[in-house]
Amino acid sequence: MRDWRFWFAEQRGTLLAVAIFVVMFAVYIVNHPAIANNGFTVATLSNVGQTAANKGVLLAFVAMAQALVVITAGIDLSVGMTFTLTNCLASWIVVGDPLSTALGVVGVLAAGALCGAINGAIVIFGRLQPIVTTIATGAIYYGVALLLRPFPGGSVNGDLADLLTGKVFDVFPASLIVLALVVLVVWVPFSRSVTGRAAYAVGSSEVAAYMSGVPVRRAKFVAYTLAGLLASIGGLFLTFFTYTGEAALASGNTYTLFSIAAVVLGGVSLFGGRGSAIGAIFGALAFRTIGDLLFVFNLDPLWQPLFQGVVLMIAVSLGAFGLFRVRNRLEWFG
Amino acid sequence: MSETAHEGSGWTSRLPPFIRRMDPAVVTAFACIVVLLLLGSLYSRNFLSLEYLLQQLKVASFLGVIATGMMLVILIGQIDLSVPWVVTTGAMMASFASSFGTAGVILGIPFGILCGVLLGLLNGLGVAYLRIPSMIITLATNAVAQGLMVVYSGGFSPKDTASAPMRYLATGFLIPGLPNAVIVWAIIGALAVFLLARTTFGRSIYGIGNRERAAYLSGINTRRIVMTTFAISGGLAAVGGILLAGYASKAAQSMGDAYLLPSIAAVVLGGTSILGGRGTYLGTVAGVILITLLQSILSVMQMPEAGRQIVYGVVIVAMMLLYGRERLVRQ
Amino acid sequence: MDEAIPLFRMEGVSKRYGGVRALDNADLTVTAGRIHAILGENGAGKSTLIKIMAGVVAADGGRMTLEGREVSFASPAAANQAGLVCIFQELSLIPELSVADNIVISDPPKRFGLIDRRAQRAIAEEALKRAGADDIHPQALVKDLPLSRRQMVEIAKALARKPRILILDEATSALTAADVTRVFQVLKRQRAEGLALLYISHRMHEIAELADECTVFRNGKNVATYTAGTKSDNEVVELMIGREYSHVFPPKLATVAKDKTPILEARRLSWTDRLKDISLLVRAGEVVGLGGLDGQGQRELLLALFGVLRGCSGDLLVDGRRVSINSPSAAKSAAIGMALIPEDRKTEGLMLPMTVRDNLSFAALDRVSHGTIIDTAEESRRIDEMIKLLAIRTAGTAIPVGALSGGNQQKVVIAKWLMNQPRIILLNDPTRGIDVGTKQEIYQLLRKLADAGAAILFYSTDYDELIGCCDRVLVLYDGAVRRELVGAEITERALIASALNIQTGEAVPMAAGVS
Repeated sequence: MRDWRFWFAEQRGTLLAVAIFVVMFAVYIVNHPAIANNGFTVATLSNVGQTAANKGVLLAFVAMAQALVVITAGIDLSVGMTFTLTNCLASWIVVGDPLSTALGVVGVLAAGALCGAINGAIVIFGRLQPIVTTIATGAIYYGVALLLRPFPGGSVNGDLADLLTGKVFDVFPASLIVLALVVLVVWVPFSRSVTGRAAYAVGSSEVAAYMSGVPVRRAKFVAYTLAGLLASIGGLFLTFFTYTGEAALASGNTYTLFSIAAVVLGGVSLFGGRGSAIGAIFGALAFRTIGDLLFVFNLDPLWQPLFQGVVLMIAVSLGAFGLFRVRNRLEWFG
Repeated sequence: MSETAHEGSGWTSRLPPFIRRMDPAVVTAFACIVVLLLLGSLYSRNFLSLEYLLQQLKVASFLGVIATGMMLVILIGQIDLSVPWVVTTGAMMASFASSFGTAGVILGIPFGILCGVLLGLLNGLGVAYLRIPSMIITLATNAVAQGLMVVYSGGFSPKDTASAPMRYLATGFLIPGLPNAVIVWAIIGALAVFLLARTTFGRSIYGIGNRERAAYLSGINTRRIVMTTFAISGGLAAVGGILLAGYASKAAQSMGDAYLLPSIAAVVLGGTSILGGRGTYLGTVAGVILITLLQSILSVMQMPEAGRQIVYGVVIVAMMLLYGRERLVRQ
Repeated sequence: MDEAIPLFRMEGVSKRYGGVRALDNADLTVTAGRIHAILGENGAGKSTLIKIMAGVVAADGGRMTLEGREVSFASPAAANQAGLVCIFQELSLIPELSVADNIVISDPPKRFGLIDRRAQRAIAEEALKRAGADDIHPQALVKDLPLSRRQMVEIAKALARKPRILILDEATSALTAADVTRVFQVLKRQRAEGLALLYISHRMHEIAELADECTVFRNGKNVATYTAGTKSDNEVVELMIGREYSHVFPPKLATVAKDKTPILEARRLSWTDRLKDISLLVRAGEVVGLGGLDGQGQRELLLALFGVLRGCSGDLLVDGRRVSINSPSAAKSAAIGMALIPEDRKTEGLMLPMTVRDNLSFAALDRVSHGTIIDTAEESRRIDEMIKLLAIRTAGTAIPVGALSGGNQQKVVIAKWLMNQPRIILLNDPTRGIDVGTKQEIYQLLRKLADAGAAILFYSTDYDELIGCCDRVLVLYDGAVRRELVGAEITERALIASALNIQTGEAVPMAAGVS
């Protein structure tokens, strides 16, 4: 059977992201001072893993959100603000007894989905460009976040936070398990549904999708809404890590920009139609690891942003080699 | 696509001809400016005072210079997300060079602009020759510029105070009463208008934005034009940074962050199509003033930052829904 | 099925596009278990006919019945529902999805609400097998497949929809010979199973092998329906010609000076598999036509000459000197002086939202500027000159060019290049979709330019024009020049026969491309 070859071709971007991550993380682990001091013990590994996971999952959720929209050939520049807004909201309502905490979680997720749905509705029915739309809605979401938390503060249900950011059976980082669950509950059904396939079809060729009778509008709307939902899961986790809500403009913008970088590293094409949220997750984890690598090599952390920038620059330039195969120069213009 | 150009029916036909000939988006933007000023004057007399208006123009000029570069890039159908750190790079490098004696002070400003141009060239190279989507390559350039500046400002105990010429450029008065920053914007604006209307380069920009394929088949060296446009955008972002540093007397790491989204919004509110090819510089001026006034009035009204952001976002969406909608794709 | 009621019938169907009557009271009857071939030259109404059948465009008048019940289709999806499936020339596949995804795209099999990939794969394998394309892996991505494989996937996708009427529009044009054989077997099997097939092709031998009956279209009307094999090739060509002549052409050049150095010469020009060893030459004062059916490499040839295509082999000579042109901007330089009136004025010739003025001077900006600064007075003068020369009807130069009529838009495209005073003018079907009056003016203009010393290479899908305008015509078939017709040899019969690559005895086989 040659099946694996086609599977490989289809998942090439995702696999590449996984490979980049694995290599970087291996280098990271091997050189980690804790490992160097204590050797490869389960406890040390799980400690290192937990720290890394908790850093990585936030961007992973936001990158997943971005990936869903990018697959439809759109872009969500409000994703970081949705993340910030839901963080602020969570610092108010995810508190108290188990029942009210649970309701709070549902409320936060609903708020995130609503943000995404608003983006989707404006893009589809208002016929505005995604980039302009999400710049504007991003400002609105940030405003709401500020309204909720003019100053950093608030709290969160500590038991839940500890549970979800700690370790399961004292070994495995819980945040990774939640990430895996979200993939199972949100991404897997989406990617295998008619709507999900329509999202790919729309991103790849909107005209061919229309000619084939694919539900174009539904696909876009669902993609934007789920993006909001995923960003809110990220916001929830941010609250679990920090125990507070903070309407930080810089952090929101950084997450938006990093999410695009992670998506590109994860093999999702900005032209739409190609890639997966899994790839975006590994792109996010790899992007985070790039930053941490310097730390284990005892380099000045000052060099971290430059290192990240240069790696990103190289990664995006690699895709350009296909150009040399173009025989008709008019194809440059799509 | 509709083949009629003139729809002289309805209320628009009663307007004076010179307004009718203008882009409805520009008219709307200017109308909004007037409304804002009137609303403001209801709140406080000061709003119509010359002093207040000049102050607003001065604040607007920083955004105006940056938005000029952004507009050129948007006109060719691309986007420049590297603005935040190119602004910072321009400011920091100009201050850095100024620490080398008199020659440094003299060459500081050109050096800062040069750094911006180089970063812009990097963007342009990626977009024009490697055909990397501008959204990605400019993001990467932004990251690289950030990295360079973090290393620079963290590692070399830099001189980050603005030099005297920088301060003079931003806050001095060559013409009594008229802040120099406004003059700088006016000069750059005039050059931009001339560039767009009267040069082969400007025509090519519109041509590429409308239909790059047709521009290429017309024998335009589209790649060179695209690359140059990004270089100009980089240079103008650096000028904006130098002005800002002069205004604040020093360069700071996150000084450019607050200018990315407003510069895009100003261009788009001024009627320039985000898809490229259509837009006037007058519109961008209107967009810049509109955004500056909006922010100013909301802050004078002591509206908290939260409300300001919300109003800001709602205004952009509402205005775009008014005149920025894409045509329905018909088979 | 009842003998009296045919599966599908079309009666008196008409369709107009602007002033052009594409389909004029056309009738067609399709019977189950038969392969029905449609013939006709470029623009005879074939593609309009199938677009109406497939629900892509709506007819202006007439009626369609399916099994005796009147039907009309609002969208391709509605036509598919009724069992009419069309395989269009332009591919409707989604490049980033796999073959299996594409085959089931409109109605994937589901299990627990999600797409059942195993069932999908089974359907795809079955469909590919039915289409005789089991060499294609259902999990391969469409964008990784060569054109011929994609075409096979299109066929498999159409068959998977279980159509009752299958329309194939030039479906074999991209296929390899081995594929064609397999597709024919498949189609014959489908016919045996009771499927009705409508087969549109320019390849006479395919029609001879496959069709049960044939209908010839001309000027939007069905002019003859006959049982396959009852008419000779000559008779078929006879049916296809006979268009109404309404054009007056300017007189041609009496003699072409054979000894003059050609301005433009190409030797053994090849590019990928689309251009094969093309040699041609054009002298000053000559109008040389490119003939043949649409899509035989004419467009690529013009683009290759204009420096757009990469990796061309062969030599290009201008004024007898070898040159290499690697971009339109090199092609239009004063040393070469070439101009290309491109195929699609809306996407390649003009920037529709820009003004008439900006469009007119766009290709000649260097000639009206000092350095980079445009001399607007000079620009206006030249623009006015051009508007007068071509009699462009416009309400001023400051309105968007998109507001002009098609004919005037085309005049703007031509004028914009004439401002450069080119010596070599390449035209890619410049009169498509424009009114008769403007066409006439363009013919006059071409001759005037040639008389003034320009070398003109003129591709047209309208044989009438080639006959009326050209001193010589090169007929392309499958990327190669198959015939050269000179002077009185340029007749409609010779053009159609050589375009279909059949011998009718009248046309002389091309001697040699180069003198």
